Amino acid sequence: MNENICAISTSLGVGAISIVRTSGPDVVSIVNKIFKGNDLTRVNTHTVNYGFIHDNGEIIDEVLVMVMRAPKTFTMEDVVEINCHGGIATTNKILELLISNGCRLAERGEFTRKAYLNGRIDLIEAEGINDLILSDTDANRKFAVSRVMGNLSKKIEDNRNILVGLQARLEVNFDYPEETDAEDMTHSIVIEELKKIEKSLKELLSSAKDGKIIKDGINVAIIGRPNVGKSSILNHLLDEKKAIVTDIAGTTRDIVEGSITIDGIKLNLIDTAGIRETDDIVEKIGVDKSKEEALNADLIILVLNNNEEISQEDLELLNINSNVNKIVFINKCDLDKKIDESKLEGNIIVRGNTIDTYGLDELKNKIKEMFNLNKINTGDYNYLSNARQIALVKNALESIENAMTSVENEVPLEMIAQDISDAYSTLGEIIGSTYKDELLDELFSKFCLGK
Amino acid sequence: MKYDIIVVGGGHAGCEAANASAKQGFKTALITSNINNIADMPCNPSIGGTAKGIVVREIDALGGLMGRIADISHLQIKMLNSGKGPAVKSLRAQGDKVTYPKNMVNALREIETLDIIEAMVENLIVEDETIKGIITANGDKYLCDALILTTGTYLKSKILVGSTSKAEGPHGEESSKHLSDELKKLGFNILRLKTGTPQRLDPNTVDYSVLTEELGDDVPWTFSFDNPPSYDIEKQRKCYLVYTNEETHRIIRENLTKSAMYGGYAEGIGPRYCPSIEDKVVRFSDKERHQLFLEPESNFYPDLYLQGFSTSMPIDVQEKMVHSLKGLENVKILKYAYAIEYDAIDPLQMKPSLESKIIKNLYTAGQINGTSGYEEAAGQGLIAGINAGLNLKGKDPLILKRNESYIGVLIDDLVTKGTKEPYRLLTSRAEYRLILRHDNADLRLRQYGYEVGLISEEQIKRLNKKKSDIETLTEELKNIKVSKNNLNESLKEIFEDTLNNGYTLYNLLKRPEVKIEYLVEYLNNKYTKEVLDIVEIAIKYEGYIAKTNREVEKLLKLEDKKIPKDIDYDKVMNIASEARQKLKLVRPETIAQATRISGVNPADISILSVYLKKNYSKDTNHE
Repeated sequence: MNENICAISTSLGVGAISIVRTSGPDVVSIVNKIFKGNDLTRVNTHTVNYGFIHDNGEIIDEVLVMVMRAPKTFTMEDVVEINCHGGIATTNKILELLISNGCRLAERGEFTRKAYLNGRIDLIEAEGINDLILSDTDANRKFAVSRVMGNLSKKIEDNRNILVGLQARLEVNFDYPEETDAEDMTHSIVIEELKKIEKSLKELLSSAKDGKIIKDGINVAIIGRPNVGKSSILNHLLDEKKAIVTDIAGTTRDIVEGSITIDGIKLNLIDTAGIRETDDIVEKIGVDKSKEEALNADLIILVLNNNEEISQEDLELLNINSNVNKIVFINKCDLDKKIDESKLEGNIIVRGNTIDTYGLDELKNKIKEMFNLNKINTGDYNYLSNARQIALVKNALESIENAMTSVENEVPLEMIAQDISDAYSTLGEIIGSTYKDELLDELFSKFCLGK
Repeated sequence: MKYDIIVVGGGHAGCEAANASAKQGFKTALITSNINNIADMPCNPSIGGTAKGIVVREIDALGGLMGRIADISHLQIKMLNSGKGPAVKSLRAQGDKVTYPKNMVNALREIETLDIIEAMVENLIVEDETIKGIITANGDKYLCDALILTTGTYLKSKILVGSTSKAEGPHGEESSKHLSDELKKLGFNILRLKTGTPQRLDPNTVDYSVLTEELGDDVPWTFSFDNPPSYDIEKQRKCYLVYTNEETHRIIRENLTKSAMYGGYAEGIGPRYCPSIEDKVVRFSDKERHQLFLEPESNFYPDLYLQGFSTSMPIDVQEKMVHSLKGLENVKILKYAYAIEYDAIDPLQMKPSLESKIIKNLYTAGQINGTSGYEEAAGQGLIAGINAGLNLKGKDPLILKRNESYIGVLIDDLVTKGTKEPYRLLTSRAEYRLILRHDNADLRLRQYGYEVGLISEEQIKRLNKKKSDIETLTEELKNIKVSKNNLNESLKEIFEDTLNNGYTLYNLLKRPEVKIEYLVEYLNNKYTKEVLDIVEIAIKYEGYIAKTNREVEKLLKLEDKKIPKDIDYDKVMNIASEARQKLKLVRPETIAQATRISGVNPADISILSVYLKKNYSKDTNHE
């Protein structure tokens, strides 16, 4: 923790300016050694200082240097940021000078880690900042921003507060059995409280799905028999020729991925090799893989041709995984209709023609409707979004459900209290705090105790 | 004069320490400022209570005195939480404040290796950071190899009533004026704590007709695992419930600035769990009444103790306050309430063995360590006595873990988290409380008592018999089956015709509605109620107990990861600064202890573990 670290914070390339950031106990004096201008060790904190970076007297660049002293900084250590003129050579030279004067090149995410370790931010916020850096769509960015602001932490905290409140009410009964004015906790009171918590945790989990959609996007598998126009749909959506398109059946052998953004939500498009029984080994690998992709997708678009009858094979594809959302896209509507749509009853159908892109806007609209993207867009972004968080909430929910079963069996309340306390500390793990003392504080602030 | 071990202070910690030391065969002296005050109960007459009652059982299991003395010296005894589950049940007795000390002194006088000496200790003899002895107020020197300080509230104690204060201990006893300064000079951080005690009332002036009676249980109980009950259930004394009212609260609010606490005459920090009545009224202003108890103190003098009414108001206000209570309108106050301030040492400066980190062979126990309560004091005294002895024998100390006992929880909390207020045990402090029960204290701890020599052959034989009975009974329950043809009346009522196949008794017992007494007639052997109860709990709550045991395993793994004593935390890179500070202060002995320090986060623990693995993997065999 006592190390001085440095890194180029802007993306490296030719730009108007680049920022080199440093953090650590000695960074002010380190930067001062290579800075010509005011004595940085004497300037006020949180000031911008004009001057030059030099290498043994040789001027490297004209810069603005921000000096921010601990603890009111991102890492809660001294932080100095050098705004220099962009350009790979100049920026790298400054970095090199910092390293030769006592800084160490920061590891990926190390500034954030310092912020976490120094107690500036909690675990969810740390994860949120990482997502902010990596976010590539607008919704994703908003989501990340809201996590940095601690919205999710607050939701978790709210649930923990309910749990610790319930726990305290139970503990009063255990530790002060003779307080006749204290509420006598019964199984029926406890079950009501547990139901509330169960509901709230379940909501958090169902929002996790939306959270995942915002963060990772929707995986869309485009499937169909060979040469029905899957790659054309993909390419039109992506607006670029990425998959190889010919009219020879079976030319797409790899899963070609690309992303588009609809209303700020990312769609990860997966083209699949045309699915048919084949003896060609290379193609067979592609086919197996596409079935697998289809099973893992959030949405399957089954492409059929208007001018062909629906085959047994098509129907099998339609039922490939009944739990996944599906849209049937009937292509080549400019050709004579031979398809018997009555066999597709109950499915969402979009008609179109990939040659003149007719029908593709409707396809996008159907996807928006299906995933309720408008709602997500205006939502409050309090979604759980990574596997670790989801797993922990599930564990907490399991403890609550266990408690509810025990209440029904009239198991003594101190056992049930154990489940509640498990749920409480599991939720604490999400935000990185699990202290027993919180319970005692709650106990003594809410209840007048003691004989 | 030279002793192996000297114990300074004759309170509950001192008595247990002296007993444990002397019974291990060490020539021991108990030095107290007033022999007549040995094992005195200056405050509350009760022994036991939630969590504390289990501590008394643990003391008895280890070979201490408190349980068996309380059994022969009480006015009333009851099982608290009897309507709740097995893990929160605990005994509480109303001790007789005359017979308890008398019986304790008699027990101590029986020990040949123990001398009881009356003197006020004012200074310590320390050489090479090692304790060598003590000096009394009149200049006498007593030398020793190990010293146990159990000075209670007597370090610079000050009695506060309204704006007046007197430098004295409870009962107007003389307090030690210099010892805490000497400790400070040696490097101890001194805390200033506060507690209080309520009024004593004349029983002949109480109007009992408006008060609710609180009776003892009508089944006999003992704290001790060895002796049968020796009291007459019918002769138990009554306690009474009293409530404060609007008028009481008004008097308190109007006179608040006259209280020592609120008027700014006190500096010590009082306990949140045992607040003064003015604290209760101020902090919980929306509460219409507060509950008080009227409890007898002894069969040999009249005083009734007004539990819950401790205050530092001046006496004229106290008169008004007490007389506002329904049933006490005309009561005569025999002794006024007071607050007491005293010095304590920072428990973070001691090891889990209760030996000081600063001075070798110096142990501290009881209120001097920042705790409150007779039971907490006695538990520490016992451990300090045992460990001073083990130390002189060159053996490893007895450190009870959090999964083994409330005493372990207490000491670990003290040395790991420190305390800002007088510390009281609560069941909620014990994360493994489902296995730290009243019923199994002997199974948990008696073997330790035997190993250090405080438990006799005969006692350990009885324990082993109990253990084997538990095994046989469990086997029987697993092997004997019942089916619908041989149901007894109780089982018929529960199952009617629903039991088609044969079920083992073990599986039947898992049903919430089946009690072990319904099954006794199917068994081949006879068992004591104790054994039946313990097996019933183990089977009925198997799931929860197993879960606790899994948590315990995690804990034990971390307890196994020892942190080298010479570790330099400044060399551990990337630990958060607050965590580093705390680790340097507490110097935890194991990774498990480190995880319990507030301000040390999981991230710090992983960094520390990696550091230990890198730098000490040869010294530590674990991982």
